[in-house]
Amino acid sequence: MRQVTRDRLLSLLLISPSVIAIAVFVYGFIGFTAFSSLTKWDSLLPDFTFVGLRNYAKLFTVDRFLCDLRNTVTFTVLFLAGCLLVGLLLAILLDQRIKGEGVFRSVYLFPMAISFIVTGVVWRWLLNPGTLQTGSSGINLLLERAGLGFLRWGWFTDPTIWHIAPESAVGAFLVRIGLGGLASPYVGVSLGMISVVIAAIWQLSGYTMALYLAGLRAIPDELREAARVDGASELQLYRHIILPLLQPVTLSAVIILGHMSLKIFDLVVSMTGPGPAFSTDVPAFFMFDTTFRGSNYAQGAAIATLLLLLVAVLVVPYLLYTVRTEAEL
Amino acid sequence: MTADESARGNTSNQGSEAHHREHRGEESVSVPSVVKRSPASSERVPTMKAGRFEIRWGRVAVYVVLVAAALFYLLPVYLLLITGMKSFQEVSLARMWELPSGLHFDSFAKAWLGREAEGIRGLSENIMNSFYLAIPATLISALMGSLNGYVLTKWKFRGANALFTLMLFGMFIPYQSILIPLVQTLQRMQLYGSIPGLIFVHVVYGLPITTLIFRNYYAGIPSELVEAAKIDGAGLLGIYRHILFPISMPGFVVVMIWQFQSIWNDFLFGVIVTSRPAVQPVTVALNNMAGSYIVEWNVQMAGSLLAALPTLLVFIFLGQYFMRGLLAGSLKG
Repeated sequence: MRQVTRDRLLSLLLISPSVIAIAVFVYGFIGFTAFSSLTKWDSLLPDFTFVGLRNYAKLFTVDRFLCDLRNTVTFTVLFLAGCLLVGLLLAILLDQRIKGEGVFRSVYLFPMAISFIVTGVVWRWLLNPGTLQTGSSGINLLLERAGLGFLRWGWFTDPTIWHIAPESAVGAFLVRIGLGGLASPYVGVSLGMISVVIAAIWQLSGYTMALYLAGLRAIPDELREAARVDGASELQLYRHIILPLLQPVTLSAVIILGHMSLKIFDLVVSMTGPGPAFSTDVPAFFMFDTTFRGSNYAQGAAIATLLLLLVAVLVVPYLLYTVRTEAEL
Repeated sequence: MTADESARGNTSNQGSEAHHREHRGEESVSVPSVVKRSPASSERVPTMKAGRFEIRWGRVAVYVVLVAAALFYLLPVYLLLITGMKSFQEVSLARMWELPSGLHFDSFAKAWLGREAEGIRGLSENIMNSFYLAIPATLISALMGSLNGYVLTKWKFRGANALFTLMLFGMFIPYQSILIPLVQTLQRMQLYGSIPGLIFVHVVYGLPITTLIFRNYYAGIPSELVEAAKIDGAGLLGIYRHILFPISMPGFVVVMIWQFQSIWNDFLFGVIVTSRPAVQPVTVALNNMAGSYIVEWNVQMAGSLLAALPTLLVFIFLGQYFMRGLLAGSLKG
């Protein structure tokens, strides 16, 4: 009995370094950052004068931050859609008793083992559009050689933002019904971001494929057989039986990829930088610049806190759900 | 598939493995066993109504898509290899897709050693830094994760699950939200700007994932084993040392591969914690090299390949464990 109580104490002692580390370095630090975001600390010298939500209010008037929000939305939507579609398609095709399945799988997955920095450096070279003096380069050159020259474009150097122009008919209508705010470059799609999306899909669609493939392999074959016996076509089988069963996989993939896309930093740093008129800038980069290059700590802390809130909205319900269902088992 | 299953390994798949070979032939390339088909499916016969001819065309289309996708994933590797192998005279935009005239390793030499006269820093020192940093950080965080997982499953206490959930959240946070106090704390601890400082940071923020994988791994080991040892008078540490640790190797392999690759590939902590080039990890050095206009493309490509090589080799030789770490990282798949 005494042995057990001693061991009980020892067990708590054993995990206490980790618990303390997480308590301080995760929760304590988050608390400190959130607190800093409410202060006047805008230089190397800490100044904890309380200013309320002023740093947050200011953020929403800063051009770069509004561009970042737009870019994050563009990136998240396109990146998620791309990864899920490519991943699901490849998983379904690989599940058709393919010769050399292992080889294909390794080829699709290997980018996951590489750092975003390497990916960014290589894709910057691939998508470098070339100039008038040098002629086309990279993918543009390939397109030109393939007789698809009309598909060439500026990739990440293209500063175009697709948005509703306030002068257009739709824009005028929006203004009339009081939604003129929607007809602005801040509510649009930054075309330069598409290049970053392509590189990110290259890196992470194989991972999505692996998740889906694991999900497909977990579906018992009796289910497929039963559906076929009942006369379902292959298409119906996938639409009505397999895809619904893959929904939990899609949910995990959305959470994992979604939180990565909100945090995206390395890839943008190494591939494009903020781009012309912040067309490829992201909040994580803005936070880095503001804090560690501009020494405006309070402002940086406000961006970081907003980022954290975004991620938390996505991840916390999922974590609670996962742990709860696990506890029920 | 839950994280438990994926982290626990392929025990349930072993039976199907032999079955597979007769149907598909030997697969030599790293095959993540977690995504192996269940035995019954091998018996599956396509019951398509259309004639044989049409079925074959369907198969052809499937292979065409798979091969096209493979080309997309391999395209950057092709460019990386041919550009890195080119001599300095051969590098031109117009001929960037063409094969090199021969194998030239000058670019690799320059990327590795640098060239002082041109103000180019080589990556050799930084690659070594990444090893000095990733290896200890991997070992320490794996060991701590293992102990945490042991306590959280075999010495459960009230609130253990809640505590675990709180720990897990640390895995998802955007690190921007802790960077400001982190830098100040490291400065105060005299660890800022040094490799030990980076090791410390990676250990702390690696704890959630290592604890997660080991917790799931140990949850699959019958508690009776531990209970029986307790009755025999074995203590907390004795049980860990003589019972759990010896059967933990698969868990350690998965965790260490995962940690090694994520620490090796990290950029954010590297760039924040180390400002002197001599102590920076390779990702930071490569980014600096690529951002400099004086470094030729073929040197940048050679440098990228050098920086990617360690984790690529791990993937090629230990792919199946890598895969298990990936699936474990997704909690539920």
